[in-house]
Amino acid sequence: MSIEAPTTSDQLTRQLPDGPRRPRVGSRRVAGVHPAIWVPALLVAAAMLLPALYLLVATADLPLARIVEIATDEQTLRLAGRTLLLGTSVTLACLVLGVPLAWLTVRSDLPARRFFAIATGLPLVIPTFVGAFALVAAFAPGGLVQEWLGVLPPSPYGFWGAFVALTLFSFPYVLITVQAGLRGIDPSLEEASRLLGNGPVRTFFKVTLPQLRASAAAGGLLVMLYVFSDFGAVSILRYSTFTRGLFLQYRSAFDRSPAALLGLLLVGMTIVVIVFEARVARDRGGQFGARGPTRAAPAVPLRAWRWPAAALCVLVLLVGLVTPVTVIVYWLVRGIAAGEQLNVALGPAWRSILSAGLGALAAVAAALPVAIWSSRSSSRIARLVERASFTGYALPGIVVALALVFFGIRLATPLYQTLAMLVFAYVVLFLPQAVGAIRTSLLQVNPNVEAASRVLGSDRLATLRRVTLPLARRGALAGGALVFLTALKELPATLLLAPTGFDTLPTRVWSATEEAFYTRASIPALLLILLGSVPLAVAMIRERRER
Amino acid sequence: MRTLTTRGRLLAAVAAVALLAVACGAEEDPATEPDAAVDDTIAGDTDPADDVGEEEAEEAEVTAEGPITVYSGRNEDFVGFIFDDFEAATGIEVEVRYGDTAELAATIVEEGDASPADIYFGQDAGALGALQDQGLLTELPEDILDTVEPAFRSREGQWTGTTGRVRVLAYNTDLVETAELPDSILDLAEPEWEGRVGWAPTNGSFQAFVTALRVIEGEDVAREWLEGMIANGAVEFQNNTAIVEGIGRGEVEVGITNHYYLFRFLAEDPDFPVANHFLPGDIGGLVNIAGMGVLASSDQPDAAFELVRYLLSEDVQDFFGQNADTVEFPVVPGVDAPELPTLEEIDPPDVDLSNLEDLQGTLQLLQEVGAVS
Repeated sequence: MSIEAPTTSDQLTRQLPDGPRRPRVGSRRVAGVHPAIWVPALLVAAAMLLPALYLLVATADLPLARIVEIATDEQTLRLAGRTLLLGTSVTLACLVLGVPLAWLTVRSDLPARRFFAIATGLPLVIPTFVGAFALVAAFAPGGLVQEWLGVLPPSPYGFWGAFVALTLFSFPYVLITVQAGLRGIDPSLEEASRLLGNGPVRTFFKVTLPQLRASAAAGGLLVMLYVFSDFGAVSILRYSTFTRGLFLQYRSAFDRSPAALLGLLLVGMTIVVIVFEARVARDRGGQFGARGPTRAAPAVPLRAWRWPAAALCVLVLLVGLVTPVTVIVYWLVRGIAAGEQLNVALGPAWRSILSAGLGALAAVAAALPVAIWSSRSSSRIARLVERASFTGYALPGIVVALALVFFGIRLATPLYQTLAMLVFAYVVLFLPQAVGAIRTSLLQVNPNVEAASRVLGSDRLATLRRVTLPLARRGALAGGALVFLTALKELPATLLLAPTGFDTLPTRVWSATEEAFYTRASIPALLLILLGSVPLAVAMIRERRER
Repeated sequence: MRTLTTRGRLLAAVAAVALLAVACGAEEDPATEPDAAVDDTIAGDTDPADDVGEEEAEEAEVTAEGPITVYSGRNEDFVGFIFDDFEAATGIEVEVRYGDTAELAATIVEEGDASPADIYFGQDAGALGALQDQGLLTELPEDILDTVEPAFRSREGQWTGTTGRVRVLAYNTDLVETAELPDSILDLAEPEWEGRVGWAPTNGSFQAFVTALRVIEGEDVAREWLEGMIANGAVEFQNNTAIVEGIGRGEVEVGITNHYYLFRFLAEDPDFPVANHFLPGDIGGLVNIAGMGVLASSDQPDAAFELVRYLLSEDVQDFFGQNADTVEFPVVPGVDAPELPTLEEIDPPDVDLSNLEDLQGTLQLLQEVGAVS
C-alpha cells in the first residue's frame, strides 16, 4: 500500500521514446547541460571561493608550529564544540518548529492562515543584533518584563538564550523553503494515500514529509551555517562560538593571522556540514509528480486542533516579532517623552532598498546557472560548484568583507568601495539562499519535462529558455526575496565596502545602539522591519495568485 | 506564454537599470582622478597645492586637490558636525567612512598602500599602535605633537590623542551607598563584592586596562585579580554600553567602564539611577584616548594634518569637554571640562599608551584564566 513513487517515475521515463540524451532519474548526465550554464556557473564558483583564498593567504603568515598550536589548542576545540552544539540544536529546533508551521500555514484550515503564512516568516527581518538586544532589554534581570509584570523571567544569557534567539530569528529559513516545497507538491499522491485508507497523520509522515526532505534539509542547512556565522546574537547573549572567538582576535589583538586560521577551521566545519546535508537530502525531494503541482491542494481540516495551532502561531509571533517591536517602540516613546530629536531616515531607507534590491537581482542571476547545472546533472563538478557557494555564507561577515577589501583594492581598483562592490559582497555572502530555493523548485519538476521538449524538437538552448527557466521562476522569486531580506540587514560588509557616506538602515541602527542612543535607533529599526516584510508579503500574494 | 514574455521584458528592464547603476557607480572614481591629473599637467606646476589654492580658497593656507578621506571608529553623532565645521572653515572637503575602530584598522591593514583613507580616527590607543607598528602611519609635524599633553600621544610621534576617557566604577545610586565604594579597582576581587560587579572582558578599553595592570603591577597581580574577579562571579557584558544599561536596571550594582557612557543614558532618561565613581591615583583610573593618525600612503598629508590641527584647536577641545553627549577630557593643556574632575585630581597611572600594544599577551591571559572563552 505504500506509494512506490520512484517506480512510477521510472515507468514514466521508460514510456518516453528513446532520445539521444535520455535523462534518467537519479543519474542525470552532464552531457545534457549547455555551456551557457556551466561556464557562468564555474565563474560564480570561483568568485565564491575568494574568501577562502584570502584566509589561506592570511594564514600563510603564521609559522607551522603556531598553526598546530592554535588548531589543537583546548580553547579552539572548545569553541568548535560549542559552535557545533549550538548549530545542531538550533537547526533541529528550527526544523521541529518550521516544518509543522509551514504545513499549517500552507495546507490546513488554520484560522487567518494567509496572515500567519506571511507573519510567521517576519522574525527573519529582525537583525540578530537588534533582536538579541531587545530580548535582553525585555528578559534580563530588572528588564521590562520584570518591571511591567513583576516576575523574573528565565535568564536570556548563555546557551539557552542564544539557542532561543537564534531559533526564533532563523527558523523562517526552514519555514519559507518548506512552504515553497509544499506548494510545489502535486496533491494527487496524498489523495491517493487517503483513498487507500491512510489517516491524515500517516499520510503526512509517509507521503508528504518524504517529499519535503530536500526543502527541509536546504532550510536546515541555511540555519546551521547561519549560526556558524552569527556574531550579533552570541556576543550580546554571551555564548562563545567560533565566530565570536574570531572577532575577538580581530578586535582585541589586531592580528589577522590567528583570526584567519580560525576562519579556515570554520570553513572545514562547513564542509563537514554540507557533506552531511547532501547525504540527508539526496535529491529525493522531488520527481514524484511529472509536472509539479497541477492545482491547489484542498485545505486539511484541523478540527479540534484548529485553535491550539493558531495559539502556537501567535506564541511564535509574540516572542519572535512582538517582543522586539515592543521594545523598539518603547525606546521611541521614551525618547520622544524626553524630547529627543527624531530623524526619519528616508535616505538610509532608500539606500537599503537599492543595495539589497540589486544584491537580490545579482544573486538570482548568479544562482541560476549554479542551480540549473546542479539540479540537471549528476556531475561531481556541478555538485562541488553548488556546495562551494556556501563558503561565504558560513563565514562571519567581517571575514568576507576583509577578503573583498583585500582582493577588491588589488584586482578591481576602480570598483573598490562602489555600489558594484557592495552588491558583489552581498552575492558572495548570500548566494546559497538563492541557489537553494531555485534548485529545490527545479528538483520538484521531473526532468522528463525537459526531455519531452528535446524530443519535440527544441535544441538545448531553446529548452533552457522555454522550459527550464520558467520552471525556475518560483524558486527565483523565493530566493530573491530571501537574499533581499538578509542583504537588507547586513552590517559588516556594508560598513567596509559601501561607497563612502552610503549609510543604510542597519548601519544607522548599529551606530546608535553602540552608543546607547536607543531612541535614534528605533526609527531605522522599525523601518527595517517594515521594509523586510514587503518582499515576503509580495512573494506570498503572488504565490497565491499564481495558484 | 504572453504573461511570461511581459515578465521577461520587465526583468530585462530591471536588470538594465541595475547594470546602469552599477556602471555609473564604477565610473565615479576614475572620473575624478583623470581630472585631477589633467589639472596638474595644464598648470605644469611642481606644487599642485599652490595651484588649486590660487583658484578657489584664498584664505586657507592649506588646500586639497580632492576630498580627504577619514576612516572613523568614532560615531557620526559625536564627530560628524566637527568635520562639517572643518569643511566650512578651510574649504577642504572631508569624506568619512564610519565603522568599528578595530575593523577599520584591519581594513587599512588589508588595503595597504592603496588605501583610500588619509586619516584614521580610532577610539583606542591599541588600534593606533597596531597601525603604527605596521608602518602604515606617517610622523606628525612638530607643531601638532607640541600642542598635546605628552602622555596622550605616541612617543614615536605617529599618532595623537584627540580626547581622553578615564576608566571609572559606575554604580547604581539606588543599590549602593557611596561610602561602600572601593578606592581601588583591585578591591572588587574581595568577597564583599561577590555577584555585584559587571565587566566587559572582550572590550578594547577593558583590555587596555588589563595590559596596563600587567605592565605596572606585573603578570602575577593581573592574573590573581582576574581569577579573583571570576571566582567572585563577575557578570560579563558585551560592551561598556551594556554594562551601564545593566547597572541601570539593577542586574549588577557596579560596573567597570569608561566615564562617558553614562551621559548618553542621562540624555535619554534624566532619572537614570547610575553615577560615576572616579578612582584617583588607582590603576583602575587609567586614561585611554581616542586619537588620530595620518596614513603614510596619503597623497595629501598636508590637508590631513590640517584636520588633526583643527581637532586639537581650542574651540573643538573645549567643545569635547562640554558637549552633553561626550564630556571627554581635552588633551591640550589649559582646556578644561567643567563637569569632570581635573586630571590632577584623578591622578591617572603613568602608563605609556604605546605599551598598550601588547594586546595578544593580554588576550591570551584573559583566555587562560577563562575571562573570555
